[in-house]
Amino acid sequence: MAKLSAIAKVCKSKNAGPFEVTIDVMFDTREMYDKVLKSGVLCEQLFATLYNVDVKDVLFTPYPAAFAFKGTIPRRISSGDLGDTDVYGAQQHAPMLDVEIPL
Amino acid sequence: MPEMTNECRLLSVSSILGYGFPESSLAMGLDRKPHFIGVDGGSTDPGAFYLGSGECLNSRKAMKRDLRLMLLAGVPRKIPVVIGTCGGAGAEPHLQAVAELAREVAREEGLKFRMALIHSDQDPRKVSSWLDEGRITALRNVPPLTAATVQRSNRIVGMMGAEPFMQALGGGAQVVLAARASDAASWAACAMSRGLPPAPSWYAGKMLECGTASATPKGHDCLIATVRSDHLELEPTNPARRCTPLSVATHGLHENASPTIHEEPGGLLDATHCEFTAVTDRAVRVSGMQWRTRDYDVKLEGAEFIGFRAITICGTRDPILISQIDSYLQTVKDDVQSRAAGFGVAPEKYHLVFHVYGKDGVMGAAEPVKHIASHELGIVVEVVAPDEEDAKAVLGIARIVIPKVDFPGRLCKSGNMAFPFSPSDIAVGPTYRFSIFHVVKPDSPYSMFPIEYAEVH
Repeated sequence: MAKLSAIAKVCKSKNAGPFEVTIDVMFDTREMYDKVLKSGVLCEQLFATLYNVDVKDVLFTPYPAAFAFKGTIPRRISSGDLGDTDVYGAQQHAPMLDVEIPL
Repeated sequence: MPEMTNECRLLSVSSILGYGFPESSLAMGLDRKPHFIGVDGGSTDPGAFYLGSGECLNSRKAMKRDLRLMLLAGVPRKIPVVIGTCGGAGAEPHLQAVAELAREVAREEGLKFRMALIHSDQDPRKVSSWLDEGRITALRNVPPLTAATVQRSNRIVGMMGAEPFMQALGGGAQVVLAARASDAASWAACAMSRGLPPAPSWYAGKMLECGTASATPKGHDCLIATVRSDHLELEPTNPARRCTPLSVATHGLHENASPTIHEEPGGLLDATHCEFTAVTDRAVRVSGMQWRTRDYDVKLEGAEFIGFRAITICGTRDPILISQIDSYLQTVKDDVQSRAAGFGVAPEKYHLVFHVYGKDGVMGAAEPVKHIASHELGIVVEVVAPDEEDAKAVLGIARIVIPKVDFPGRLCKSGNMAFPFSPSDIAVGPTYRFSIFHVVKPDSPYSMFPIEYAEVH
């Protein structure tokens, strides 16, 4: 087992428009990407669970061209609306860092 | 009409007008004899404030610096200069601000050119009638639009596709300044106006709208795209940067819900089968993208005033308080409410929020870590109220209450909070939310975006 923080090259979040946040996890090599893909850990349900959103609202895309996975989730509060904490959505990635991948 | 050709070279100077770029990069870009020079002007990323207030995202000075260099490069060489989403949010005040800068530069530099202004403000009455006619639908994860929301919106813009740009170029404009536009549309229009197909043209736009974000190292700098019938090539003009197959592929992830399916007015750009090949160690060829036409729709963006904001910043180093922060803040809130009601500001007239850094200030309710490990907590006290005096008054009373409220076991009897500043109350001003983020079926790709031409000298 390895934590994503130990094996990912990039783990980041950002707005995808004001009503969604998109989370990207990238790896250094196709080999590591394939291992993570094969583990099946990264999927719609993982994002739904980590961020407590409905699984049908998650858009999950494996992106082999960049050895990356992308998960896009709804924001609870749209960017800059009352109670928002992160206008750019740039610091919502942390729950991904501790995800364990069986290698 | 512009001549037809099998290659179109597009020079993007930076990621947003006013972000800057090295002059030497522009000069090297000009050596490549681009057919168009341009830059994207905006984004929704910095929030609804700019659309709502009409203020520009970047300063006049920063935008004018970039615009001057672009006009001096393009106009004398007869290279059209094309800018989308002027001024940050691309509403009428933003478009007019950038147009005024263009006129100033023309006067100061003795430049003459035909300028097209493409407008994108939408009349709320028209938006309401579209809503009644069932022509408006919500984008994913956006609540449905209501008539009340349209009425409350301070400003509504439509996001134009490529067609209005093509019309302006066809109308002989040497400088095209557009209000709200799809980030990639201006570039797609330039390439398509020279006879190239939509797929590589739109893909080029997706890359060019971010300057050299598709290069390594990233930065605010010039990127040239050479669009041909079934592929494009990307290369930063600055030799200190390079595009690699991975750096270009990675940019597909940028601020998009999907890295492969990009929804644009009138079609979907599908990058699922893209191939990224190194042409040199600094240039990358991308092929295999597909464009699938679909019913034409136009995104609407609206901003709504939510109130005036006032804040104060303070912190606690008291472990006894930190151990009961939630109940303590509830007590503060109750006390503020009762005192504010005492001077005539009822709880429904304002929002009071505590942003507690060290606990969940960054992720809010989504924060999975419940245990506080920090020896100190920072608190931003926020009050938002439709009436500015109410906001200031409630914030003022919160600043008085928060250091004084008693709590079980309290030893710090002179004050619970450290305030770093005097005065400690900060009036932030008006604040807005995105109220509309929906798509409408227009009468035509042009109908929502009138074009105005002017001879500038």
